[in-house]
Amino acid sequence: MNLTLKIWRQKGPQDKGQMVEYKVTDISEHMSFLEMMDILNESLVAKDEEPIAFDHDCREGICGMCSLHINGEPHGPDRGITTCQLHMRMFKDGDTIYIEPWRAKAFPVIKDLIVDRMAFERIQQAGGYISVNTSGNTQDANAIPIPKKDADLSMDAAACIGCGACVASCKNSSAMLFVSAKVSQFALLPQGKVEAADRVRNMVKQMDEEGFGNCTNTGACEVECPKGISLENIARMNREYLKASII
Amino acid sequence: MSVLSSSIARKVAMALSALFLIIFLIIHLAVNLTSLFSADVFNEASHFMGTNPLIQFAMQPVLIFGVVFHFVMGFILELRNKGARNVKYAKFNGAASSSWASRNMIISGGVILAFIVIHFLDFWIPELNTKYVLGDMSGLHNGEFRYFEELQHKFVPIWRVAAYIVAFVLLGLHLMHGFQSAFQSMGFNNKYSGCVKTFGKIYSVVIPLGFIIVALFHHLNH
Repeated sequence: MNLTLKIWRQKGPQDKGQMVEYKVTDISEHMSFLEMMDILNESLVAKDEEPIAFDHDCREGICGMCSLHINGEPHGPDRGITTCQLHMRMFKDGDTIYIEPWRAKAFPVIKDLIVDRMAFERIQQAGGYISVNTSGNTQDANAIPIPKKDADLSMDAAACIGCGACVASCKNSSAMLFVSAKVSQFALLPQGKVEAADRVRNMVKQMDEEGFGNCTNTGACEVECPKGISLENIARMNREYLKASII
Repeated sequence: MSVLSSSIARKVAMALSALFLIIFLIIHLAVNLTSLFSADVFNEASHFMGTNPLIQFAMQPVLIFGVVFHFVMGFILELRNKGARNVKYAKFNGAASSSWASRNMIISGGVILAFIVIHFLDFWIPELNTKYVLGDMSGLHNGEFRYFEELQHKFVPIWRVAAYIVAFVLLGLHLMHGFQSAFQSMGFNNKYSGCVKTFGKIYSVVIPLGFIIVALFHHLNH
């Protein structure tokens, strides 16, 4: 198939940036979206032009690195996948495809389609962990009885890969789905309950300081999340936060 | 105080003021609906609401505070949220993942605010003037209660009825998202959430429709 691509080009953090049009031809519908980008980049290099910078790593939908906003949606038009799992069969011959970086003040563009997602790391450092000794004397996790339902919900929350699609899809650039998943995965387990109050207070404080917007419950994040993280986690985070703040 | 300025505290404050206003709408509509069946009952109810000291000097100020707070906080949050995305997308397909009502609460809210201004100019300001400036607490005009007649008189012009209908359609859309959103913000998301969502949808249709029926009824029967 032949496609017209409108891609955001930005030389660096201080550059103004703009959408630039490219044409690609003979693209197989079996290619992944990133393979199509690779072909475009090879053609640019062959013409002595600067290739388009974009994030990618595992290309298996696990690492959370790929981050393209494609035709108005993070990770493109398909559901429950990352950009690396998006296939060209989702598009039609002759289509025009808009490719942009995640847009949020808290995710500044580094170059072209790559954004700085260190804000997520700083939120994690503020409380996204449990304080256990890992010296080799750790207790067998199975020695602590945990209801199956809680273990499953915790595992569902832990499936978050921190890609930032929730922020990118939200009209408010809110990071609450990400933060709530990280809060929930620990709050649901006995090991995490010990520090639950400090964790939620510190993570929400850091989230606010990073400049993310406020959640208005549109639910776009849940729909666009490649890992199906549920809005129930945001409700749980709100409960945890109120409990930690009032009691 | 940092807790009160946090994003979650603001969400909860918006939700609490919303639930307060949701309850107020039921009471307001209940009084309005009496006008469909009996001018006397409507007059009695209006006179009671307009002269009872508890309602006038305790509940009314709380209601005004609730309305002002909900609007001011709503606009502040909208501005902050807009600022969280300093560069706009060239293409943003919001409709693929969320409803129009949920993305445009500021538009439906703005229309409702404009409606409240008209509504205050129509009913509330003249009422305050009669009672507290002119000092007439009797509720009478030519020896009879004036409330029902004033109500009918207000709905004679078709433009006012049309404005009310537009405002209440937007109120319905505002509630369609806002009702269940208020519960979600307060951390309510469990096995009863389905019931809350269904009840919210019914409420969002029935309450605005009730107000529209009252306006149309008096326009057609004056």
